[in-house]
Amino acid sequence: MSEPSNLVYTLHVNGHASDVRDAWLGESLLYVLRERLGLMGSKGACEQGECGSCSVLVDGELVCSCLVLAAGAVGQQIITIEGVAPAGAPSDVQQAFVDAGAVQCGFCTPGLIMATHSLLERSPEPTEYEIREELSGNICRCTGYGRIIEAVQRVAVARRGAQ
Amino acid sequence: MSVLVPTSLVDALQALAEHPDATVLAGGTDLMVELNGGHRRASSVVVVNRVPELCTWRHDPVSRTLRLGAGVTYAQIERDPIASLVPGLAEAARTVGSPQIRHAATIGGNVGTCSPAGDGLPVLSALNAEVELVSAEGVRSVPFSSFMVGPKRTLRGPGELISAITVPVVDGWQGYAKVGVRNAMVIATASAAVVADSRRGTVAIALGSVGPTILRCPEAEAHAMEHADFGERRLAPEVVSHCCELVRLASRPIDDHRSTAAYRRHAVGVLAGRLLRRAFPNE
Repeated sequence: MSEPSNLVYTLHVNGHASDVRDAWLGESLLYVLRERLGLMGSKGACEQGECGSCSVLVDGELVCSCLVLAAGAVGQQIITIEGVAPAGAPSDVQQAFVDAGAVQCGFCTPGLIMATHSLLERSPEPTEYEIREELSGNICRCTGYGRIIEAVQRVAVARRGAQ
Repeated sequence: MSVLVPTSLVDALQALAEHPDATVLAGGTDLMVELNGGHRRASSVVVVNRVPELCTWRHDPVSRTLRLGAGVTYAQIERDPIASLVPGLAEAARTVGSPQIRHAATIGGNVGTCSPAGDGLPVLSALNAEVELVSAEGVRSVPFSSFMVGPKRTLRGPGELISAITVPVVDGWQGYAKVGVRNAMVIATASAAVVADSRRGTVAIALGSVGPTILRCPEAEAHAMEHADFGERRLAPEVVSHCCELVRLASRPIDDHRSTAAYRRHAVGVLAGRLLRRAFPNE
């Protein structure tokens, strides 16, 4: 059994061990990512799991990082938007969002990118219904979702062609 | 504040025995909202989502039961193979939050929080589910109907952990319906579950968000059972209407920030009627 001390615990974020210092043990993973580890890609809006803008992968599962107790995520593999592709080289999903015009203000985009990576991992050729369902936990207030769905479909088509 | 992350049931029970006042955290989808909002402080937290014994499930075809470990998530329940064993619970699972929430939220957490609006709870009530509680002293099993004693109040004692929920695998139709202010990501304003057990010839109706606990409707159930043809899946429209009325009378709703008692009473009757017509589609 591991008992994180009040001074420091270590999270595994994007393949690296990251020491968390001087943290209150009740902090959410979202707060720790942004305020303790300087990873500003995950966005915080509702802090109650409604908007999806803080979505990350924890041990491969798409979750809202605002609803994960950071000190309880010790030993789990955490992937954030910063970890989906090397810096300066967008992932295919990120590029498709740009190409399809699926980004307006951009606030919801990191969460939607994470949700799209998670969806296409499980279901490489999703139907439109499936895309709408799987992205239903991510709220976008700008685009009306049409171009977001188009972006997801573009990735699915491109990946099929690349096989 | 302390946070303990046990990775075995023995360690989890030891942690709870040492911290009987600890808050148990499973998926975090209830507790973290309260912590983030500053509505709750926790002096010690025992995180149980890394306890493998809690995350398994087992279908026993001989006893015709399904034992769901408390850590089984709603994402698992909404999909096969669990979904076809308990389709009503899967239907309720589908309405819990968003995919992100369902990946984290557990059946044990839903039962542990025991909100009258908990989506899984009316189905568990209608299925006569058993809640298994384990502590350093031993194991006990409590019917869900007596486990929930009030809004967010349960029989779980200090040092006890919800280890599993056991439900029967029923022949016949079962389903769940709820109303809220919109279709997605909504907490139920009123909800209902119906289980029509064609082998036993029983109908169970349970209501959520219209009372301090999940409510069963003995009069409506008896009226439906008396007139239902399970083989032909037939129930006369006037019987359904009367059942709706009996359901409304059984409800004990209140006015609050989410809705009014009058609307909830009306809506829960509509939901029960809809479910009964799905269970018995022939007039």
